[in-house]
Amino acid sequence: MYVEMKEICKTFDGFQASDHVSFGIEKGQMAALLGPSGSGKTTILRMLAGLDMPDSGDIMINGILVNDLPGNKRGIGFVFQNYALFRYMTVADNIAFGLEVQKKGKAEIKERVEELLELISMEDLGKRYPHQLSGGQKQRVAFARALAPRPGLLLLDEPFAAIDAKVRRELRNWLKEMIGRVGITSIFVTHDQEEAMEVANQVIIINQGKIEQIGTPKEICFHPQTEFVSDFIETDRWIV
Amino acid sequence: MSKKKQRTYQQDIVGDSINSLRKVVEPPKENGSHLMKYLLIGISAAFLFLMLALPLAVVVMNACKEGWDAYREAVMDEYTMKALQLTLLATVITVAVNTIFGLFASFLLSKFYFRGRQVLAALIDIPFSISPVIAGLVFILTFGNMGWMGDVLDKYNIKIVFAVPGVVLVTVFVTFPFVFRELFPVLNAQGKDEEEAAALMGAGGFTIFRRITLPHIKWALLYGIILCSARAMGEFGAVSVISGHLRGKTNTLPLHVEILYNEFNTTAAFAVSSILVLLAVLILVVKSLVEWKKE
Repeated sequence: MYVEMKEICKTFDGFQASDHVSFGIEKGQMAALLGPSGSGKTTILRMLAGLDMPDSGDIMINGILVNDLPGNKRGIGFVFQNYALFRYMTVADNIAFGLEVQKKGKAEIKERVEELLELISMEDLGKRYPHQLSGGQKQRVAFARALAPRPGLLLLDEPFAAIDAKVRRELRNWLKEMIGRVGITSIFVTHDQEEAMEVANQVIIINQGKIEQIGTPKEICFHPQTEFVSDFIETDRWIV
Repeated sequence: MSKKKQRTYQQDIVGDSINSLRKVVEPPKENGSHLMKYLLIGISAAFLFLMLALPLAVVVMNACKEGWDAYREAVMDEYTMKALQLTLLATVITVAVNTIFGLFASFLLSKFYFRGRQVLAALIDIPFSISPVIAGLVFILTFGNMGWMGDVLDKYNIKIVFAVPGVVLVTVFVTFPFVFRELFPVLNAQGKDEEEAAALMGAGGFTIFRRITLPHIKWALLYGIILCSARAMGEFGAVSVISGHLRGKTNTLPLHVEILYNEFNTTAAFAVSSILVLLAVLILVVKSLVEWKKE
């Protein structure tokens, strides 16, 4: 297992956000944390990233216990829900930031930034500022920025929530293809079951801080193990 | 192709109908509304003239009433110069202190969640809600001879009340919330995603502040500093209580004006006032420049 959570519990002011959460994700997998809003999926992601600390339980990444390791030592890239691009830096500077902080050489940074701009097909837009980009472009920059320091694990918080429905599907395929090409283990949070089924090859369904079911999209669709799972998948399908 | 054409055609129709609606809805132009417009503008202009322009003009006119020599004498007077020095000293220290702590406080309260946040935010606002005279009294009761810390200060021969440190302290107290109040909403609105993103990439606290936070708040910070300076220079009530009005020692410009005025030395009082007016105008110019640059 590349990522493992063991018996994680977390409460916020008496609210149980994670209730004995345990799961594992193999290297190279694309996992989705799926659940209704307020189910505690983002909390799990933030604990993996070291932005929140679990009250009890262990988090392992790449075979190392990371409970007491700060986020920047865990070898992760994080894509925020609203991308959190540095608004006073250009696209290129945004991507370069993580490398600059690591005190990499100028030539190396330049090369990596160009490589990533090419990967996201934005070679000509390196000098733009975030507010001059469309939603889809912002997401691509956030993706490139998270990848720049070559993390072993990519975490994405509702990566498509801030994008209008039309572009979303397109971007979904793009992201899936990109992640496949880079070959990085990824976990993303979503409340959209269609999104989870289409992009992920492992789906973890969460409700009220507890894991309801873990499985491939097929298993979840055709063999829901709890009433909640079958309800959640069903009702959602009607809406879509 | 034909579908597309149809759609644009429909849009045109919709657009036209909206335009025709707009024509109907637009208020009819009447002479009455014109009259109202000028009346309201007139009232506003008269109010501004009466409340702001006229008093300022009176200050300048009274200051120059007895001619240039009398004005220069009043302004160049030894005690006036001392008062100006003290005012500037108090202002510089105050602005420095309040900028540093205002920055820390607003950063802490907008980016971190902990128990007692609200209480701390309310505490910082206290100087706004307390009368400056009370603030001065509080400092006398705390640091004065009979005060709570009087014995300790006496032992180490530290004088605060009726001395320069007291003047600086109360000025700091009275103007404490200015920088904080300017920064807090801006920092709050920014959220903390960008800082978290930078921290996840391994950036240290200072790097995050310098490269992420500071570019976002620099105008608000400058604005807070300007407001704080303006208020610090003009502070009267609290300083009046704690300074003891020692001429050439603890007198600030506003206090000096009062003393001159009470001595029926009106021309000198207005002349010294004009220094404060000049400083205020200077600050206004800087503030306008900042606002213009920000656009």
